[in-house]
Amino acid sequence: MSNRRCTVLICQGTGCISGGAEQIFSSLEEEVTRLNLGESVQIKRTGCHGFCQRGPLIVIEPESIFYSKVKLDDVPEIVQSLLPEGKPLERLFYHDPVTGKPIPHYGDIPFYNKQERTVLRNCGHIDPEDIGDFLAVGGYEALRKALFDMTPEQVIEEVKHSGLRGLGGAGFPTGRKWEACRVAPGEEKYIICNGDEGDPGAFQDRSTMEGDPHSVLEGMIIAGYAIGAKKGFVYVRAEYPLAVKRLKIAITQAREEGFLGKDILGSGFDFDIEIFQGAGAFVCGESTALVLSIQGKRGMPKPLPRPRTAEAGLWDKPTLLNNVKTFANIPLIINRGWKWFASRGTEKSKGTAIFSLTGKVANCGLIEVPMGITLREVIYDIGGGIPGGKAFKAVQTGGPSGGCLPASFLDMPVDFDSLITAGSMMGSGGMVVMDEDTCMVDVARYFLDFTRRESCGQCIPCRLGTEQMFEILDDITKGQGRPEDIELLLELSDAIIHGSLCALGKTAPNPVLTTIRYFRGEYEAHIDEKWCPAGVCRELIKEKGSSPETVGRK
Amino acid sequence: MKEELLRRILSSYKGRREDLIPILQAVQANFGRLPEEAMLRIARFIGIPESEVYSVASFYTQFRLTPLGRKHVTVCRGTACHIRSAPQILQEIEKVVGIEEGEVTPDLEYSLETVACIGCCALAPCIRINRDVYGELTPERARELFSTSKQMSP
Ligand SMILES: Cc1cc2nc3c(=O)[nH]c(=O)nc-3n(C[C@H](O)[C@H](O)[C@H](O)COP(=O)(O)O)c2cc1C
Ligand code: FES
Repeated sequence: MSNRRCTVLICQGTGCISGGAEQIFSSLEEEVTRLNLGESVQIKRTGCHGFCQRGPLIVIEPESIFYSKVKLDDVPEIVQSLLPEGKPLERLFYHDPVTGKPIPHYGDIPFYNKQERTVLRNCGHIDPEDIGDFLAVGGYEALRKALFDMTPEQVIEEVKHSGLRGLGGAGFPTGRKWEACRVAPGEEKYIICNGDEGDPGAFQDRSTMEGDPHSVLEGMIIAGYAIGAKKGFVYVRAEYPLAVKRLKIAITQAREEGFLGKDILGSGFDFDIEIFQGAGAFVCGESTALVLSIQGKRGMPKPLPRPRTAEAGLWDKPTLLNNVKTFANIPLIINRGWKWFASRGTEKSKGTAIFSLTGKVANCGLIEVPMGITLREVIYDIGGGIPGGKAFKAVQTGGPSGGCLPASFLDMPVDFDSLITAGSMMGSGGMVVMDEDTCMVDVARYFLDFTRRESCGQCIPCRLGTEQMFEILDDITKGQGRPEDIELLLELSDAIIHGSLCALGKTAPNPVLTTIRYFRGEYEAHIDEKWCPAGVCRELIKEKGSSPETVGRK
Repeated sequence: MKEELLRRILSSYKGRREDLIPILQAVQANFGRLPEEAMLRIARFIGIPESEVYSVASFYTQFRLTPLGRKHVTVCRGTACHIRSAPQILQEIEKVVGIEEGEVTPDLEYSLETVACIGCCALAPCIRINRDVYGELTPERARELFSTSKQMSP
């Protein structure tokens, strides 16, 4: 046997598993054992590699050979190709959809080479169920550094200077939140990682928890040290059993290695983490509702004015609530310093943004890009453009709280503030691309259907207002719209935004407002001509042929 | 036997208010739903009125009072799935299986639900049957999936 050694990384994210990656993984192991190749070939499980649409994915290191759409039947040939005389299997390479050329190395694939994978650096490269793998890439070194070389105040200063901002609402500065929680009076304090990921069309928190759980835990422990908490919770949504499983394994391993529990690494600092599984309610992503839900209550947001969660959260104690990605960023900032972090991104939005790029776009998957990249670069360079020769129509960001932006925004930089100015928001990071076959009225109706179902019901503007808006939109898509409906929707939006007591209601009208602002013509076609230009609304398709505009359309 | 199982579940909790949701989850995982007697027992165990247990159970979409089918089908109605024809997939499944969203077949073979997002959006449209996710569906593939799985089951 030659001394050639290689590692076969096989993605075990939910996407790849749905394509049979678990069977491929065990079959690879069996084949390697059968042929006695254990010395030279290592088979390793990894978390999500990002390019979910092309899964199951396999990467062979050290050459970084990338195979996509692997099938169980391919296994024997893959193993043969790893033998000294073997050659990589060209048929499993990614083929450029435009030129048809095979691309053997993933770094050369356009989907990857415009990305800046720092938070996701370990996803797809390490075994999330093996702490040894995490330690081998420098895991828990930031924790050591924080505990032994820095005071809690210095940790907070570092986070503050980095410019890291959270995803809830307008991108609140993380360091300021940490400081508020540190100075809040009280002996007992809590850390909560918000892994509820309620936004439909988003899966970046899931992939991070599944693919690199220790980075999230490390960020939480550092946060605990910084604000003076001894206990943390990861709130994971009900639909993510694999994330729960991987986090549980990670917590157990971290305890065994002394990164969690009493007297962490001999520093005298105690901190432990528990998992709380959500029970399925979008509104529980909101901080005050989430806290009540951990306490065993209905997740109803607390009315304003109220103390901030940082001052009175879980059991009325100061509680630091951050998103999964926020915590995963922390070890990077501590290790590499705030200057490194702040050197990337834009003036006011530092670092990277993570998006779940989906919808009518050629390459779907999980991407991490520097803040300030344009929507066009994301959708056309990384996403590979719109499939089937269709025209781009809109991109939706920010989920039910966000909005739909038309083609005129394609050259807009992606950052917190530009998105808000345009009427959308970063939100939890869903990015859904829509083409000419997507009806914007139907999309608005879709989001209002979502929010009316998810409204917790305690305040009238949100409960009845979203219902009312939904019904109007539903009528419009059924050809029963009235000319005054657009004005009525705008008025209702205004009332709901101002009257609702939590951000669920306050942002619920956004999808309607942006679609009216940028696609008013489509509303008018539905109402005045009883015609759905995209051919989606069933009751209005039959009219399509009779509309004069059809002739002009390509 | 059921009594015994319930007692065993409860015995691993302290009976604090914050145990309520985990207990409900454990009971549902074992019984497939939340039986009324169980909710009464849980209420006594924690020391809260039964209406309060019911109020929490009815707030969260995860909890159900009626049993699931042996094959529990969840259709994603997330954004990515929606614009890639999830509504048609749902219709197709309703047709093939013969029940509507939220219902269970009389023989308890299938139950059908929708969910806000499965989290496999890159493979939209998706459905889940028990724990397995099936992506990139078309109405035809959905139909096939159900006719073959019907054959497979005895
Ligand atoms: C209705 C509603 C749902 C939310 N859902 C989530 C969620 O699923 N995940 C999340 O991290 N934040 C969610 N948020 C925002 C959180 O309340 C909170 O701002 C955020 O977790 C803070 O973390 P960050 O500053 O680190 O981003 C939601 C907010 C509202 C109003
Ligand atoms: S939108 Fe269907 S899986 Fe996310």
